[in-house]
Amino acid sequence: MEEPFIHIAGLTKRFGTINAVDAAELEIRRGEFFSLLGPSGCGKTTLLRMIAGFEHPSEGEIYIDGKLVTDMPPNLRPTNMVFQSYAVFPHLNVFDNIAYGLRKKRLPRAALTGRVEEALAMIKLDGFAKRRVDQLSGGQRQRVALARALVCRPKVLLLDEPLGALDKRLREAMQIELRQLQRDVGITFIFVTHDQEEALSMSDRIAVMANGKVLQISDPSTLYEKPNCREVADFIGTINFFDGTITGFEDHYVTIDAGALGQINAAAHADEAPFARKAGSKVVIALRPEKIKISREIPETGALHGVITASAYLGDRNHFHITIAARNEPIAVAAQNFLREGTNIPKPGEAVHISWPPDAMILLPRD
Amino acid sequence: MAAKALTRNRLRGGGVILGFVNLPLFIPDIVLGISLLIVLNLAGLPLSLLSVIVGHVLICIPFAMAVLMSRLTGFDHSLEDASRDLGENEWMTFWRVTFPLVLPGIIASLLLTFIVSFDDFLIAYFLAGTDATLPIFIWAQLRFPYQLPKVLALGALILAASCVLVVFAEWVRGLGLRDRSPITGA
Repeated sequence: MEEPFIHIAGLTKRFGTINAVDAAELEIRRGEFFSLLGPSGCGKTTLLRMIAGFEHPSEGEIYIDGKLVTDMPPNLRPTNMVFQSYAVFPHLNVFDNIAYGLRKKRLPRAALTGRVEEALAMIKLDGFAKRRVDQLSGGQRQRVALARALVCRPKVLLLDEPLGALDKRLREAMQIELRQLQRDVGITFIFVTHDQEEALSMSDRIAVMANGKVLQISDPSTLYEKPNCREVADFIGTINFFDGTITGFEDHYVTIDAGALGQINAAAHADEAPFARKAGSKVVIALRPEKIKISREIPETGALHGVITASAYLGDRNHFHITIAARNEPIAVAAQNFLREGTNIPKPGEAVHISWPPDAMILLPRD
Repeated sequence: MAAKALTRNRLRGGGVILGFVNLPLFIPDIVLGISLLIVLNLAGLPLSLLSVIVGHVLICIPFAMAVLMSRLTGFDHSLEDASRDLGENEWMTFWRVTFPLVLPGIIASLLLTFIVSFDDFLIAYFLAGTDATLPIFIWAQLRFPYQLPKVLALGALILAASCVLVVFAEWVRGLGLRDRSPITGA
């Protein structure tokens, strides 16, 4: 197996008695766009700052490109960072900001100017070299911060929620640009965000963190379709949970007694959900809203009868809350608006049937 | 006299000691002057311009603190992190980032403390011994009626110079504040 480019082994950071980062294990490949995703306070920024060298870990080691860097100060590490507040130097103009890290390298003047011009072109701010920083918009500052880090040609670029302060439209444009840029320069990016959509749309792989712990590391679609625990399933997107107990199993499916839902057959291979291969074991059935089909007529198999208690029109799709008998919590359902004539959308109070295929359900262990 | 103001270049952080440092602001100068005189006598130090310097540093610190603190609060420490991240060590970070950003504050505090020190009469009167600061010299001259026009001229000059200095100090401080523009959304 290929040696990981960045290897984080048992990394722990304690603040007082709290473990901000708790025994994190990460292996990041060369040239990867890797995201650390989690709610605020989950330790993702602390982890990033340890990789950058601003925080010293209480335990554990960090290797970058085969070299141990745990005790190396930030100025000697092959990493550069884009800060959440951008941290663009207010007393320097755009050119001097970008050239900041290069001055140290004692390049000939022409080479330095060349590298800065190149960086300015990369972030599409040609001709802004002499601008004062306070004449730039938030998005432009963000680009300057990006160029300032990339111009040093780091082995790893660390990004601490760099898009958080931008408005939605600009943020979406920057997401695409950043991803494109990463492909072009081929530098390993470690991207911290609390925005799951951002992480899903940009990353090669994502590590989901909560309470200092890394819960799951996988590519975006696996994370969404096959979360390994309830926390991950809950954090990524919207999801319905049903408690159930295994009553029997065959090769490709298990039978679950799921209370209000009745007896259900769920597709599950032995290697996917080994905990479900035992009669009586407790499971959680997780079901994404968009996997549920809503209809006025009774579908052929396995439908539930319910009443719409709330609905929201979102243009491209509709969100419904459907309440079924013997269950207090409504079931979230999302339905795509395929047709332009949207007048026939079911209304609150209407009785409907919901159904879903057996392989739409995710089985998770429950204690 | 201006030299003494230089003592307050390096101060970072602050906090609980602030109250203690500000004490000279609340103590009447005359009390401060007399108590300093007693302390210096007990220590066996001769009264001279040196003892005036000690006294003036004491009364100037709160002013310098106030100006520099206003400058340092809201100082974005990620700027220093960024510099370190871009390859500079701590000393060069101070030199290339922290110092230039705080410089207007330092200049403003130097000007302000110069004026505080220059204007002081009471403390200097107690601590000067046989040496004289300008205010003491002026006061001494007032005993001779024929010197009055000279003193009046001097007074007018000082008044004008002080005004210019204060305006200049405020301008420098404001300049610094404008430099450090807040980050606004796009």
